[in-house]
Amino acid sequence: MSRYTPPEQSKAGQVFDIAVVVVAIFVALWLPLKLGFAGAAKSIDTLDAKTWEALGQNPTMASIWEKLGYTPETAHDVIQNRFHYVIDWPTLIIMAAVLIGYFVFLFRASDREYRDVINEKFDDK
Amino acid sequence: MTTALEPAIHGDRVSLLRVLGPAHVWALGVGIVLVGEFTGWNFSADKGGTLAALIVCWVVGLLYTSVAMIDSEVTSTVAAAGGQYAQAKHIVGPLMAFNVALFLVFAYTMLEVSDAILLGDTIVAKAGVDGLTHNSFIAATIVVLAWLNYRGVLMTLNVNFVITAIAYVSIVILFFSVSPWTQGAVLKLNELVTPGNALPYGWIGVIAAFQFGIWYYLGIEGTTQAAEEVRSPARSLPYGTMAGMITLLIAAAMTWYVCASLMPWEYLGITPYPLWDAGKLTGSPLLENLLFIATLLAAIASANGCINDAARAWFSLGRDRYLPSWFSAVHPKYRTPYRSILFLLPIALAFAFIADLNQAITFSILSGVLQYTFMSINIMMFRKKWPLGTIRRGYTHPFHPLPAIVLFCLCVVTFIAIFLGFGSQLIAMTVFYFLISLWFHFYRYRYVRRGDQFTMPWPKPQGY
Repeated sequence: MSRYTPPEQSKAGQVFDIAVVVVAIFVALWLPLKLGFAGAAKSIDTLDAKTWEALGQNPTMASIWEKLGYTPETAHDVIQNRFHYVIDWPTLIIMAAVLIGYFVFLFRASDREYRDVINEKFDDK
Repeated sequence: MTTALEPAIHGDRVSLLRVLGPAHVWALGVGIVLVGEFTGWNFSADKGGTLAALIVCWVVGLLYTSVAMIDSEVTSTVAAAGGQYAQAKHIVGPLMAFNVALFLVFAYTMLEVSDAILLGDTIVAKAGVDGLTHNSFIAATIVVLAWLNYRGVLMTLNVNFVITAIAYVSIVILFFSVSPWTQGAVLKLNELVTPGNALPYGWIGVIAAFQFGIWYYLGIEGTTQAAEEVRSPARSLPYGTMAGMITLLIAAAMTWYVCASLMPWEYLGITPYPLWDAGKLTGSPLLENLLFIATLLAAIASANGCINDAARAWFSLGRDRYLPSWFSAVHPKYRTPYRSILFLLPIALAFAFIADLNQAITFSILSGVLQYTFMSINIMMFRKKWPLGTIRRGYTHPFHPLPAIVLFCLCVVTFIAIFLGFGSQLIAMTVFYFLISLWFHFYRYRYVRRGDQFTMPWPKPQGY
């Protein structure tokens, strides 16, 4: 197998590639944060009676909350801010498909490239 | 954290000095990970309750024990700089290596972001001044540490080991100061963790808690970054890595026990600095101040190591032409990968200003779990392409393929855990890796020198 000689990349080409990487990072990672799609999916279950008992806190817990500077009113949103785990099957399936598709592509495409590497490395000898 | 990088770079090639022993490997792993005890692990209590945080502490410990076993075998055999990146190049192929390097860069960069946020929040809370925000502290932390790395980090990383040891000792001091053998005096586990609130979301909460359980140990695999710098990889890597895991398991158990016995789970699950809070709640000003300082030290040590590791992985991508070779430049005076350090600096700053602590941690965890998934498949391919006896292995891990299967299964559970509450971030990050992989395979790969990607003196892999 003949040895592959890669083309030399121009400076402009390198700058363009760096820009592509930066844009990819910010679009994929920063944008979901900016649009509020990232982070914990929690919501507050509001209680009418804001007392330690109503918030499910025993005297030991209440004393610690108070030591930390909280009152039942200020602790309410902390204590009642909960996850509501419901498995959304269509989204779970989409997530699984994206992950599996990603790994299948990764290993198959890598294998194709790996054969180039092995052929060139060992056919040279 | 790779300590011997600096004096070993000559021109644009790297030849590293073999100066490290098992103790250094231990310090490399624990140094970068220990901040996980000071923040992050406790968000698993938010997702599943205090008992769930303990369950995942041990089960995720099993995941990382598998990581350490697998990593020790592959790295003691592929003793090349770059750790998992070099492993992927030799065992799977260039595209996988490109992705693994990105996993490393983003796991470490987002860990650095988390460290900076922790440091800023801790200082602001301590100052207690109205209107004071964490932004200036975050910016100063990231910029100053980047500058130190730009100038050369060998001495800084040596100091890292000392401050990591101080942070670790502070956990031990806290543990023994609260009379852990006696309940009721200071610790009140029975009154804080009751049958009614131990698992507030049931077993689905335990699964969800896996996400932040990863944070107890994330980064221990960084020990392999030093593969080319240890005197005896076959001995130092397994011993150092496994000793690091044991140390972290002990620290994690002590941290959980003290924190769970001092604060209600609803507060434990949201505080950015659980150990500092634990110090405060003991009522001892000495412990409070000790844990305050230890929190800052752990964050600084971790962030510094992260900048070093992330820049090094990015530098490797440039050197192998997986990214523009512009990134592979070495500073003529300081002999550091300065362009990579400077490139990653604004990315870290941008995320530090817009992301919350748990969002930044989630980005880091996601990259870590993608990497562990790769490792579980990688070891199977390694044993298939070069069965035992065909090449000299520095270390052969026992019970194969059990650790790989356990690792893979726990990674699947962790993906589901991230889906429970942070699904959008998971999909966004995977889409990013997918798109950037398409870009590499169909465009960027043309600039890669094929045969140069395989440098180990091994026979041709079976099946090729």
